[in-house]
Formats: sequence, structure tokens, C-alpha cells
Amino acid sequence: MTIKLNGLNVRVPDSYTTVLEVCKFYGLEIPTLCYDDGLEPYGGCRLCLVEIGEGDSAKLVSSCTYPVEDGLVVRTNTKRVIKARKMMIEMLVAICPSSKTIQDLASKFSVTKVRLPVRHEDCILCGKCVRMCKEQMQAGAIGFVERGYKKKITTPFDIRSETCRLCGGCIYICPACQLRCQGPDATTDLCSGCLSLEPTCIETHDDYQCWMGTTGDCGTCEGRPDQRKSKK
Amino acid sequence: MKQYRTHLLVCAGTGCVAAGSFEIKKALETEIAKRGLQKEIAVISTGCNGFCERGPIVVVQPEGIFYQNLSVRDIPHLVEEHFLKGRPVKKLMYVPPKEEKPIPKMSDIGFFKHQRLIVLRNRGRIDPEDIEEYIAFDGYKALEKALSGMEPKVIIDEIKTSGLRGRGGAGFPTGRKWELCREEKEPVKYLVCNADEGDPGAFMDRSILEADPHAVLEGMTIGAKAIGAQKGFIYVRTEYPLALKRLNIAIKQANEYGLLGKDILGTGFNFTIEVVRGAGAFVSGEETSLLAAISGRIGVPKQRPPYPVKRGLFNKPTNINNVETWANVPQIILRGAKWFAGMGTKGSKGTKIFSLVGKINNTGLVEVPMGLTVKEIIYDVGGGIPNNKRFKAVQTGGPSGGCIPENLLDLPIDYESLTKVGSMMGSGGMIVMDEETCMIDVAKYFMNFLRDESCGKCLSCREGTQMMWQILDRITKGKGELSDLELLEDLAIATKDASMCGLGQTAANPVLSTMRYFKDEYIAHIKDKKCPARVCKPLIKYTILDERCTGCMACLKVCPVNAISGKKKEVHTIDQKKCTKCGSCAEVCRFEAILVE
Repeated sequence: MTIKLNGLNVRVPDSYTTVLEVCKFYGLEIPTLCYDDGLEPYGGCRLCLVEIGEGDSAKLVSSCTYPVEDGLVVRTNTKRVIKARKMMIEMLVAICPSSKTIQDLASKFSVTKVRLPVRHEDCILCGKCVRMCKEQMQAGAIGFVERGYKKKITTPFDIRSETCRLCGGCIYICPACQLRCQGPDATTDLCSGCLSLEPTCIETHDDYQCWMGTTGDCGTCEGRPDQRKSKK
Repeated sequence: MKQYRTHLLVCAGTGCVAAGSFEIKKALETEIAKRGLQKEIAVISTGCNGFCERGPIVVVQPEGIFYQNLSVRDIPHLVEEHFLKGRPVKKLMYVPPKEEKPIPKMSDIGFFKHQRLIVLRNRGRIDPEDIEEYIAFDGYKALEKALSGMEPKVIIDEIKTSGLRGRGGAGFPTGRKWELCREEKEPVKYLVCNADEGDPGAFMDRSILEADPHAVLEGMTIGAKAIGAQKGFIYVRTEYPLALKRLNIAIKQANEYGLLGKDILGTGFNFTIEVVRGAGAFVSGEETSLLAAISGRIGVPKQRPPYPVKRGLFNKPTNINNVETWANVPQIILRGAKWFAGMGTKGSKGTKIFSLVGKINNTGLVEVPMGLTVKEIIYDVGGGIPNNKRFKAVQTGGPSGGCIPENLLDLPIDYESLTKVGSMMGSGGMIVMDEETCMIDVAKYFMNFLRDESCGKCLSCREGTQMMWQILDRITKGKGELSDLELLEDLAIATKDASMCGLGQTAANPVLSTMRYFKDEYIAHIKDKKCPARVCKPLIKYTILDERCTGCMACLKVCPVNAISGKKKEVHTIDQKKCTKCGSCAEVCRFEAILVE
């Protein structure tokens, strides 16, 4: 099987079934949140978007669920992909700014502002825990309830489930449970963005070295009063 | 068979039933019996006539006289005058708006005159609960033709040549879909009829099932023969009790007559149909989610491909078509593909049923050839806008469709041109809006519907619809900022691009199309804090004009919150803090002294 991946014709081993697997095989960086190697693909977080097809019929699909087929044209970093992906990350930060996974995604993909009202919720409904519980733990103690903006994950009738063995698999797999690092300012919508490769002081200083931690404009060294003073 | 001199066809569509048509039928029967006419006059309840605005409706055949807006009190007089003395009752006939003379005959009324009935050919004509009436009007003739004389490939070719496209919204060529499903090697295949019509203001499929359920069954059986399926499912909303009842009766009767089940018409072909009741989710109208619902899982969409024609219900090849599509099939087989292809435009053949609702004189259901312009549908068939108001826009395609503004009134209705202007065919809902409709409010209404009905799987759709609704809500409350417009557009495009199923991919349409055609209204709401249509309560203000107020105290008495003060023959004033902006004062004022701005 051959597909066109970012302009190059590449061979795809037959054992690969989804576009995401192929992209990973070729070392392309595609962010995911609801995807896990050991779980059935779900396609809920919409972060792994890629553009397939060409011209007017080109469309965005979630690579984790899209089956790879001969002759498929896949582009992973088009403007459309990047714009949609950034919006998805912006939404995620607005829902759950306390998650390290989400903050890291934001800094990695240069989401520098959150224009949406911040809600501070615990769950982003990626459904990893539901699949973990069902597929890996063979329990099925939790599931989705309601739909739309009322959707939530819970046990049947919101009461302690007899099926649940308290294995903690759901907590283990949850991307929102891991709290963001308690850096200089843990209450802002966006963290300091340590993972960002974009120099954060670029707006105020021409000197790229500033992000090594001397002036404090980026906030990274705000915990160090002596440094802040030296800025002035 | 008994012969009658006159048939009274009482409309028993949901609209007329709600207006009391069953009582009318009972009253007619008693009055007729009282006068000893029961052997001469038959009273029959039929499916929806479509002219729901004027229900309950009774059509007198063979004269074709159309009585409307009946009440039980009218019946003794009607029976006495018309059926005993032979004098049709003028005051119960239809008078078009702005005219005085009643129109006696159904075929002369503008609403009916411009329609072309194919799918709805039996509406208001046969008793949907009696298979023999359907058979009497060429029913199951197409099935006989297809089963006895046509090879599956020939049937598919006929449908392909006819140019029939899916009536559920996306408009995929039906023949092509059948062919793809037929080509699958798997021996077990399924057919599904999608009757999960959930758009607000749409009742096309409901009406077909209520008026002519056998047409759908016949269409499906022909499709089953063409595709090679042995089992079919009809997924109907539980909210359609009458449709469910009539469908179940129809299936039972068809089974008894050997038109469904084992060895149909003695040709050795087997096909059974099962009715599945939906549980009220709009998203279950999306095909993958509908299949999930039939197989007992939550109605949540899945990735396509694999398409249902390859791997659908219970992982078998499944062909899904909408009610209206299936109902078209028998007519195409019976009258030929060429006849069907002779109607409509280049890319869209045949007719389409629309439900006309909103600010329009003739609310109801119409079937018109494709390619008719929006103007013809609204003014010629729909009778225009009530109360001399000005037309503003029409929303087509349901909540995920878009609006068409006044300057596009000459747009021909077909799949391509609707998509081009940012709307879509959808299942065929048409909501007409006049100058007193606020477009932001409309967008907010649809967004509220969509955020409720999104299945919540995709982040983009779940949060996108919710956040767009929040912004629209903010704007209608006068708290919008200009930066909201850019954010709204970003959200809309992301929702459209990033979502998995049709619901999410079109969920942004209400926002995108109102922003495209009515941007000035958004600006007025945000910048001037004004609602030009005077709908958004936080942005309007009621004041009394000193020079016009005569001090009649009418408004003072009607105000529910006692916000108006003043004495007799003195100018009144409205306490803005108390005023709830209900508009009662403006309604009662005879001197136009209440200013709304």
C-alpha cells in the first residue's frame, strides 16, 4: 500500500490500519489526547486532525480513527490543520486549565491566549477511562451519561458501582488528572509554557538569550525577587 | 364493493387531529346517520393534506370542494345544506388573504395549484390504514413489476437513470448507493429506512408515514430485491405515535396480503421489515449513530469510512435511505426513470417536499418540482407573509442549514445552489422569517438546539456549539464586544472543520450564514447596543410619547408588573426599572403612543 504523506509517496506496512499509526511510523509529530495504544480509537479530542484529499474535496479527519487506504493523500501540517488544532487546544485550556497534559500541549503548539471563558472543570470527556475500564479491565463500571453540553462520565445512577473493583485504571489513564506543575504562577489560564520552543521574551527583548532566565518578562523567574528587581 | 355518491375525506394528519378532526369525523357520521344518508355518503379519514394552517379540513369528492377550519358546531349545518339540499356552504370555504371571495374547489387554491404530487400523491385521498385503498390507486403494482420482470441490476440502473438523490439532506445518488451495497460480497445485507426526523419545524417524513405508509414499504421491498437484502428496519421517532401506529398496521396488512414476508407475490423472494422506535436523539438521524441505536448502543456517530454500505448494521453491508427517498422508488419503477428525470433541474431530479413554517400565510406541507425558486415557494404556494410584513430571510435545511436573505429570493431550490449560498437542502424544512425576526436571536435559538442535541463525542462540536451559544447569548443581552465576532467565526470554522459527523460539520451554519448576510445586525447589537428587529429584550426600551398619549389608562391596566403610572387624561410614564418589556402596552395602545426602540 502506498500513500502520499506530506507530499511524499510512502509505503505503508500492511499491519497498519489507521492514518495515525502511519504518521507515527514515519516520525511525524501528531498530538493526541483520547488516543492510547492499548485502547480502541475513539476520535473525540480532535487533536490528531490531518487533512486528507486535495482541492475542494479536502477535509479534516481525526487520524486515529481514519482507516488508511491505498492512494490516500494526507497532509499533517496545513494551515487549516494548525488553525483547527490550536482552537481545539484553546478550548481544552478553557475547560481544564489545571491539567499538565493540556498546558504542555498549549505551550508546545504555541497557543498563547485563551479568549474563551475559563471553566475549571475536572473532565474533558476524552473517554479514555471508559475504554480503559471496559477494554482493559473488563469491568465496564463507568460510562457516558447524557449528551451535548450535559455529557458526563459516571457510574450507573451516579452511585457506587458493584462492578468497580477500585483498580484505579481510570485515574492512571486520565490526561486531566495530572495537575500542572506549581510553577511561578499556577492560577493563570495558561502556564509559563516551559515546553515552548518559541522564545517568550521575543516581544520585549531582541536578545534570544532572555529565556535563559534573567529578566523575568516571561514570568519564568518570577519566583526569584532578585531577578525581577534587576529587570528594572 | 359498496358504491357511494359522495366521499368525505377528513384529514387525519397530526395537525388536523390536534385541531379536532376525529371529533369532526364523528360528528359527520352522526349527522349523516341522523338524516339517513349513511348508504350514500362515506366518511373516510386520510393522511395529511398539507394545508395544516387551515385544519381541520374536509374534502368532498368527487366535486373536490374544500372545507376548512371546521368546528363540530358547523357540522349539522354543513350536512343539512350541502349533502341534503345540495348547496355548498360558502362560509366554510377557503378565502385567500387579502381577498374576499371564497374558493370552492381544492384544485383552484394557490397552495395546491402549484404543487406536483408524486410522493404525496395519496395524501388526503386514501385511508392510510386500509391497504386495499392503496392497492386501488396502483399500489404494489411497481413491486409486482420489479419482482416478476426486472433483474436487480435493471432496477438499480432504472434508479440511477432517474437521477434520484437522497432526500435526507446530503443528496447522495440513490442508485449509486444501492449499487455499492449490491457489489459487497457478504451474503447478509440490511436495509434501513431513516425516519428519525428531528429538525424543529420539519414534518415531511412524518406526513408520508401517516398518509401513505405502504409507499415506503413498497419502495423498501423493491430496494431489497435490487440490493439482495432479506431484512429491513424502519427507525421511527417515538414522538411520532400516529406514524408508528399506521406503519405497524401497514406492515401487518402487507404481511397478510403476501406483499411482505416469505415468498412475496409467489416469486420466492423473502423480505421482512421491523420497526425500531427511536429514543428522542436528534443525532440518531446521522446514519452511523442510527445504526448504533438500532443495534442497542448509544446513538453516537462513528468514523466513516468504513461506510455503512460496506460495514453497517451488525457489521454487515447496510443501505440507508430516508423515508422520502424510499417513497419515490415505486413511482420511478412504475412510471419509468425518464418520466422522473423529466422533472427538476440538471443535478436535482424529481420533486421535493418542504414544510413551510414560520411567518407565512399557508403553513403546511408542499411538494414541488426541484428548481422552483424560493420566491415561488414562499409567495405562490405559501401565500406570502402575513400582516403585510416584509420578508427577511428563510432558513432551509433545519438547524444545521442556513438562511437565505431577500436578495437571493430568485434562487432555484436544488442541492447545489443551496450549498453554494451557505445553506443546504437538509430534509426540507423551511422556516420563513419576517422583518420582526432578529437574526442573532434565530442563530441563538438554533445553536441552543444544537448544543443540546450534539452527542458530545467530539470536543469541537460539544464545546464549539456551547461556546458559540454563549457568545450569541452575550450579544443578545447587549454584552457583546467587537472581538466576539472574530472569535465566533474562528469557533464556527473550527467546529465545521474538526467535527466527525454531519451534525458537527454543519452545526456552525446558523452562525456562519447569519454573519454572512446580516453582519450589520451583529454590529448594531454590539456597537450601538440596539436590536433592529426589536426582539432582544435587554436592548429595547418602551417609552410613552407625550404628544400622542391621551391618558386613556389602557396600557396602565394591562401592564402585568404595574410599571406604568399616570392619571386619567394625563400623560403616562413607564418605570424602566420595573418594565419587563413584555410589549402588552404597545399592543393595547390605540394611539400609537408607545415607542419601542
